[in-house]
Amino acid sequence: MDVSQYLEIFIDESSEHLQSLSDCIMTLEKEPDNKDTINEVFRAAHSLKGMAGTMGFKRMQHLTHDMENVFQEVRSDKIAVDSAMIDLLFKCLDAIDGYLANVKASSDEGTEDNEIIIKELNDFIAKANGEAPAAAPAPATSAPAEEAPAADDNGRKVLWIDFTEEEKNQVASVKAEGKSVYAVTVYIQKDCLLKAARAFLVFRAVEGLGQIIVNRPSSQDIEDEKFELDFSFCVATSEPLDKIIAAAKNVSEIEEVVGEEIKDLDAAKVEESVEEKPQATATPAVAATPAAPAAPTTTANANNAKKQTPAKPASNRTVRVDIEKLDALMNQVSELIIAKNSLVSISSTEGGSFTSQGFHEQIEYLERITTNLHESVMKVRMVPIESVVNKFPRMIRDLSRTLNKKMELYMTGEDTELDRTVVDQIGDPLQHLLRNSADHGLESAEVRAQRGKPETGTIFLNAYQEGNNVIIQVGDDGNGIDVEAVKAKAVERGVITAEQAEVMTQKEAVNLLFMPSFSMAKQITDISGRGVGLDVVKSNIEALGGDVEVKTKLGEGSTFTVRLPLTLAIIQALLVTIRDEKYAIALASITNIEDIPAKEIKYVEAKEVIHLRGSVIPLIRLDKVLDIEPKEESDENLTVVIVKRGDQMAGLVVDTLIGQQEIVIKSLGKYINGNKLISGATILGDGEVALIIDANTLM
Amino acid sequence: MADYRIETQDVESKQYIVVQIGNEKYGIDIGYIDNIVRMQKITRVPKAQSYFKGVINLRGEIVPVMSIRKKMGLEDDVITDASRIIILKVEEKGSLGVVVDQVREVITLNTAEIDKTAVGARNIKDTFINGIGKNGEELISLFEISAILEEREAN
Repeated sequence: MDVSQYLEIFIDESSEHLQSLSDCIMTLEKEPDNKDTINEVFRAAHSLKGMAGTMGFKRMQHLTHDMENVFQEVRSDKIAVDSAMIDLLFKCLDAIDGYLANVKASSDEGTEDNEIIIKELNDFIAKANGEAPAAAPAPATSAPAEEAPAADDNGRKVLWIDFTEEEKNQVASVKAEGKSVYAVTVYIQKDCLLKAARAFLVFRAVEGLGQIIVNRPSSQDIEDEKFELDFSFCVATSEPLDKIIAAAKNVSEIEEVVGEEIKDLDAAKVEESVEEKPQATATPAVAATPAAPAAPTTTANANNAKKQTPAKPASNRTVRVDIEKLDALMNQVSELIIAKNSLVSISSTEGGSFTSQGFHEQIEYLERITTNLHESVMKVRMVPIESVVNKFPRMIRDLSRTLNKKMELYMTGEDTELDRTVVDQIGDPLQHLLRNSADHGLESAEVRAQRGKPETGTIFLNAYQEGNNVIIQVGDDGNGIDVEAVKAKAVERGVITAEQAEVMTQKEAVNLLFMPSFSMAKQITDISGRGVGLDVVKSNIEALGGDVEVKTKLGEGSTFTVRLPLTLAIIQALLVTIRDEKYAIALASITNIEDIPAKEIKYVEAKEVIHLRGSVIPLIRLDKVLDIEPKEESDENLTVVIVKRGDQMAGLVVDTLIGQQEIVIKSLGKYINGNKLISGATILGDGEVALIIDANTLM
Repeated sequence: MADYRIETQDVESKQYIVVQIGNEKYGIDIGYIDNIVRMQKITRVPKAQSYFKGVINLRGEIVPVMSIRKKMGLEDDVITDASRIIILKVEEKGSLGVVVDQVREVITLNTAEIDKTAVGARNIKDTFINGIGKNGEELISLFEISAILEEREAN
């Protein structure tokens, strides 16, 4: 058996632990004495170590082991958390992240030993023990690695196994060979998600030490996850019981392992029950045991992995789905099948007369099911933006160091959910906006003091749902955008003329920032100013079907508002015809539909506009925009679809309206290009293709 | 299926589908062909490259359809009952439909029967060809698929 099938779990979980480590260390930086956090860091480091060990990533294991040791000292109050340690810990996280990136790319941890970091970690431990930093081999006293305090004996016992005759014979024969047979029961943590995988890892660890004779439940049932929170097995080995238990406990998410020796098969009871009690002396073995048996397999795996690498990098394209959501899906699919069957029976019994009431009822039923099904599938695809935004506090901390500005990031709404594809792609644009705020937005400490602002700058990220959209606001209380400076720069670059700059509104000027290669930074820094800035943010967000707006006030700060659609695949749309062609317009962008007599069209700068309830709206003749032959004679009344983007409006002139429909968006593919106006296509009920007009590009 | 595999692995001979475009016969390497469908309603896509006729619904997928005549600088297609859309399947870019006047037959050509030297970029049409196949008395121009996929147009 090899562990590659658990690689994805490993990657997922390690990332989670890394994230929680990062969060905790951030907290520690502010509250160095927070005992809960220290314990949590310790636990996370310990789990990471265990997982890396089981998977055979020795370098990663080594590093996390030393991190854990440092925290052991912190826990026992031998050393205090200081900023040097925090910096070092962040370095460790980056190093582990590096290992993880290697694992993702090639299923192997790479060859970087990170000796410097390990040495620094050991220096801390040495300091704690009052030794000179240089002479610091990982001291045995500082390695009591097990978490479980002795008070943990909450009555967990070995579950006695009823042997079959055959198994009895097997046990007897093994005993005859001079090996001991132990019965071991493993208790898994309640919130463990992949019990079967854990069980497998336990078996793998134990099989390195001896031979597993009997499983309860059977190995097939364990593989199928048909067990509660415990399972038992008998192992024949010449190793001591402690070692076996330690090996099994080294697998993460294992709560408790208990074992006892089977001395007499016929006796229903065993003489002594060995409760697992962690002892300081036993623990070096914890680290050593998994490594030793794992070593030969590891190298073999690494070789295998290298061969497979080009074919399948172990990237994590998985979504963890709540089982309830899946159950709901399953129910709806069974209903769908029932609905289909009813339709089949109607069509066969009534000889194809499709007008009956029963038929219509079934169609309605079917409609209801498909709507629910759509909702459920959407829910499965929704993930909180947390996974993206929770790396930002760390980023802002680092930026604060490099830029030498004090700043604080406040985030709300991390649990806002978005479609998985959107979440995957929203990270970079948001990161860009935050960097912008940190670098360009916030003033230096002196300027802030002059302006009477608190020394520490505020950067915020707020996410919330609004109708069918998710809004993410990123902003700061810094300098804001200097509109005049932007104009001057644009004139200097020849983007606009001085006359144009004169008449430009603030909003138009701010929008200049979104033009390609327009950077306001006076000098290029690591953080920003390379000219690939806001235009990339904008195009990324627009590619996701969203948009971005800026509000700014000079001297008080600016806010970027990113608006994203909840889902990408299915939308409500209005279907319209223009001559004999059918088009769809997303309902989200439509405000209302008007019948306008042709004589009410006015002209402003030779462009058609209508005056509607106090606002002047430019008219867009869709037939012209879409290169359709103009009508020979103009109508007396025009059907105008009013669309809105931010506070801009436009009236789209169409021939007729077909109605509102739920449409599935399909891409036009990669061949047809240069077409921003058409955002995709959809297939109508009769199999015909209708193109989807992106009203945003018309304004 | 097994026979087909053996044949494509064999460098010596390849199968081609022979189609008619205007008066000429062209061969398309069968390995690139996913499907051949009858002419159906093509939805025009505004502002697309001029040699794209639009998109069709191929069993729930949107597939762009190209006029190879326009791409090669010939006059526009005349759609008849014999017209077909050849669906080419290319890994990276997805499916693409090509309109042809008629599909004639499937032939197998050996390397010896393909004349590569006759091909020179004398005119724009020739750059879409990577060889001339001799099928008995008939001469068949063999399409270079990558040239069809490439974004380029005869002026």
